[in-house]
Amino acid sequence: MTPTPLETHIRARLAAQKTASPILLMSHLVLGHPSLEENRRVIDAMAANGVDLMELQIPFSEPIADGPVIALANQAALDHGFRVEEGLRFIGETVRRHPEIPFLIMTYFNILLARGVERFIREAAELGARGLIIPDLPPQEADAAMAACREFGNGNLDWIQLLTPTSTDERLRFIGERAAGFCYCVARKGVTGKRTDFDAQVRQFIDRCRAAASTPLAVGFGVKWPEDVDALRGVADIAVVGTAAMEHHASGGAIAVGAFFGELSRGRRADSTA
Amino acid sequence: MQTGYFGEFGGAFIPEILHETFRRLTEAYEAARADPAFWNEYLRLMENYSGRPTPLTFAGNLSRQFGRRVYIKREDLNQTGAHKANNVMGQGLLMRRMGKTRAIAETGAGQHGMACATMAARMGFECVIYMGAEDVERQRSNVFWMERLGATVVPVTSGSRTLKDAVNEAMRDWVGSMDHTHYVLGTACGAHPFPEMVSWFQSIIGLEARKQILEAEGRLPTHVYACVGGGSNAMGIFQGFLDDPDVTLVGVEAGGKGLASGHHASRLASGSGAIGVAQGYKTFFLQNDDGQMLDTHSVAAGLDYVGVSPILAHLHASGRIRCEAATDREVLDALQRLMRQEGLIPALESSHAVAQAFKELPTLPPEAVVIINLSGRGDKDIFTIADALEDPGWRRYIRKKAADYSVNEA
Repeated sequence: MTPTPLETHIRARLAAQKTASPILLMSHLVLGHPSLEENRRVIDAMAANGVDLMELQIPFSEPIADGPVIALANQAALDHGFRVEEGLRFIGETVRRHPEIPFLIMTYFNILLARGVERFIREAAELGARGLIIPDLPPQEADAAMAACREFGNGNLDWIQLLTPTSTDERLRFIGERAAGFCYCVARKGVTGKRTDFDAQVRQFIDRCRAAASTPLAVGFGVKWPEDVDALRGVADIAVVGTAAMEHHASGGAIAVGAFFGELSRGRRADSTA
Repeated sequence: MQTGYFGEFGGAFIPEILHETFRRLTEAYEAARADPAFWNEYLRLMENYSGRPTPLTFAGNLSRQFGRRVYIKREDLNQTGAHKANNVMGQGLLMRRMGKTRAIAETGAGQHGMACATMAARMGFECVIYMGAEDVERQRSNVFWMERLGATVVPVTSGSRTLKDAVNEAMRDWVGSMDHTHYVLGTACGAHPFPEMVSWFQSIIGLEARKQILEAEGRLPTHVYACVGGGSNAMGIFQGFLDDPDVTLVGVEAGGKGLASGHHASRLASGSGAIGVAQGYKTFFLQNDDGQMLDTHSVAAGLDYVGVSPILAHLHASGRIRCEAATDREVLDALQRLMRQEGLIPALESSHAVAQAFKELPTLPPEAVVIINLSGRGDKDIFTIADALEDPGWRRYIRKKAADYSVNEA
């Protein structure tokens, strides 16, 4: 499959780092948590501190694919009265405010169903979102949604596939064949507590993903420190930072989030010039 | 059409990380189902451990009063006092067949968790029960039994700290533990194969009831009533009569404070449920315009649930079953009437089926033969029922007990 504009963008950003093992940063935040105004400040801080892509999550009352911290944020946003309509409006504003950053919408399938799957996808494309991440709509159920992305997105709205370590090679290939933009590799901790074993497991898993998909690979596994980003260098193309940023926000607000990403990307620059 | 669908309902809307787990479970379930020896082993176990077949009791006093023949299927006589035993023992046998040694489960009020804990104790499995932190606070007596039975009860503090969060937490456990752990889901909901598998184990109710009513009456019933939370006891008894179009099947949901009040858990009868996807499956959910799940209400914790079995949703949509709702008030009246007239103490959940039958009996033809599925007994829920009945003597007793504890521990 020919690379989509999002994939081309990612590869160009990687090439611009001028190092043998470049890596991009993708951040994640839950809309409406603690408020859209605060989301705006956090996004500005992320954009100013080296974040390359951002994942904006529309909260859902049953976030089965999320860990406890993000699940709690979903519920908190809803408790504060978050509505999908204003969330979409906010996404549109955010895309216009930061035209250099690709924004992806992450949410659950029922949010699409309630609005009308085609309508939601058409609106996402019109707002300028670059991809959709819907973790509870497995690829064998997603044919219509993927077709709608192609129809309304004109190549600019990718359906992001998820790859996981529990998937067989055959399953990874099935998903990889449908990939566009990049693949999101979910490398959860929990099987082993030892960091060294974990690194080896992640490397082996990502190798399996490479064999299955030709797109760039984003890896989320609880990045907390610059060393975590370095550990993914040469393994993945994009490091996903989710929960850690939320914890920094809880303790020090948007400024702390900015400082955290600043540290992550400074480590990245220092290493790449070394 | 893909497997796991019933009409447009069902499916498996699960995160990719669980795909392989569900694939292996489906494979094991299908192999067990194709093996007659497995079902025979299940029947023997239920006979020996849970007193099956449970009786189909003729309710003589009610029959005289209503002028129609009323039978009661006695699922209340099961091990742990409810039809839940059928499901947990079946899944326990499946676990043994799959070589798994650790059982995890979600529980709301604690009934399923307790049933699961007895199964694990008997079969020698490690057992971990996930329960919303709020439910742990509210349902101390069930937590007490689960812990005494050797299970670890984990209070879940994420999300709304109730049943759905317990489900999510159990799923998270399963992702990292699938090699030796089985997730014993409590009702005929969730992703494929759970709705079908749980319904299969519960079909033992309907198979027995059909045989028993034919023996007693020489004909099929005209009406069968069952309460519907997730829907497993209703699926259980209905399966005995699905192919008999003359048998009217009535599912009774929690009408709470009345359908007009908005405080209920009626996804089918109220007409306010909308088709959606959550918790791994497609069915009617009580949700708002955005697709966010709503809070539900019922005097019966076991019916206080936002979704409903996809199989029942399909039977409802296709017109094979009729769905009604009974209010908290009607349910409490029915509970007391059944106690006084027949000496049976129904669970609040099961009392919904009783209440609806009582509403309809006077209007049925005189030759009607009615079966009410008494899915569970109520005496084990004395704290909840005494509360619901606002029993003054019970309140005095609890106050005195609390005072005794404070004196002794001071």
